[in-house]
Amino acid sequence: MSAPLQTIFIIAGVLAVVLSIAAGLVWAERRLLGFWQERYGPNRSGPFGLLQVVADTIKLFFKEDWIPPLADKAIFSAAPGIIVCTALLGFAVIPFSPGIFVVDLNIGLLFFLAMSSLGVYSIVLGAWASNNKYALLGGLRGAAQMISYEVFMGLSLMGVVMLAGSFSLREIVLAQRKIWFVLPQFVGFIIFFIAGIAETRRLPFDLPEAENELVAGFHAEYSAVKFVLYYIGEYLGITLISALTVTLFFGGWLGPGFLPPPVWFFLKTAVFIVFFILLRASLARPRYDQLMGFGWKVLLPLALLNLLVTGAVALLMR
Amino acid sequence: MLSILRTIWLTFRHFFRKKVTVQYPEEKIKLPARWRGRIILSRDPDGEERCVACYLCAVACPVGCISLQAGEDEYGRRYPEFFRINFSRCIYCGFCEDACPTYAIQLIPDFEMAEYDRRNMVYEKEFLLVDGQGKYQGYNFYRISGLAIRGKNKGQAENENPPVDIKSLLP
Repeated sequence: MSAPLQTIFIIAGVLAVVLSIAAGLVWAERRLLGFWQERYGPNRSGPFGLLQVVADTIKLFFKEDWIPPLADKAIFSAAPGIIVCTALLGFAVIPFSPGIFVVDLNIGLLFFLAMSSLGVYSIVLGAWASNNKYALLGGLRGAAQMISYEVFMGLSLMGVVMLAGSFSLREIVLAQRKIWFVLPQFVGFIIFFIAGIAETRRLPFDLPEAENELVAGFHAEYSAVKFVLYYIGEYLGITLISALTVTLFFGGWLGPGFLPPPVWFFLKTAVFIVFFILLRASLARPRYDQLMGFGWKVLLPLALLNLLVTGAVALLMR
Repeated sequence: MLSILRTIWLTFRHFFRKKVTVQYPEEKIKLPARWRGRIILSRDPDGEERCVACYLCAVACPVGCISLQAGEDEYGRRYPEFFRINFSRCIYCGFCEDACPTYAIQLIPDFEMAEYDRRNMVYEKEFLLVDGQGKYQGYNFYRISGLAIRGKNKGQAENENPPVDIKSLLP
């Protein structure tokens, strides 16, 4: 097979898999939340309730797609697309196995950080264009939260870059053949994961949504397909952060030989997705000042310290 | 921080607990004997309708969902010509059962009465009437009351003395 054709094939495959995972998470999340609350969750439609995804999709697509009269229509319609695009672009640099990746950029990690930073535009623009006070408050929170957590998300990853000596995610995975980076970079892993939760606006850091204070926050005015796009964006974000955690700290596709590399990657990612949902089931949302205080006063110094120590050790080891 | 980890672990352990959900259509809970559900009209041990069409249930009903029309056969026995309960209004309070002097109207442990058409919620007498005696076995109003009807004259009821002949001086 010629190279461009193969690339197109891989892109189509990655798109299909990633989007169906994001859709399946709608069901998986409700089901798992049910189990953790001693319920069953949706189990009626189809085997194990799997057709719930189809039912939800059909329902949402037939809803009225309402745009508020005072909203800025062009931006209001464009905003939900941004988050889906950035999240999907983030998947471009992730190596699913030695042969399966869309593109192996030598600045793959920076590309991911750029894409997740661009995602904040979706929140802010959507909130601003809604012309609604709750949406605006949610958007403000989202902007502040995502920008401040972005800072040490990047910093926490620099330890990994130092150890691997490369920004390319493929190189980083290959550098973990001896030992997964979660052990030498445990603090970095914790900080990255917490920042990742904040980046995807998941509980306990869902302050931009905060449905009991802000109705639904930045997407309070959204309905039908645009609402679906925000939701898909959120689930894509979860999958992306989980996949990246696996790539950076848990050896990506590396694993004992009895399973093929993509399966290892998928299994590890699934564990983190489930952990995301578990966090939602167990933790309460912090107050806004607590969130900011925790970010700037605890995680940022910790990330810097981690960077310093890793740098020193890396220099000594050389 | 430790409490947060403990919370997460506790939540995770709930995965293996027994679920509280009752899978309703397949799995049903046992209803108490005094459950106030669907309303029926019962019959006395002789197989006649117990209802004497006194209207007390219709009066007691707080939502006014019972309507009936009294009738009387040639022997003086009262019965409802029609008896209609609108179950889309009924609140299953059981006041009609309390008000009924003849144990005719009763609430039974059955609540599965969903309908696709609202008009099907209105139950006529033939849907309400059952063949049995319901919760109160062996009670027959006409056999106890002093009223003379077919097959029973004055003084023939249970625990009733023969009527006194007030025109006679004999003891």
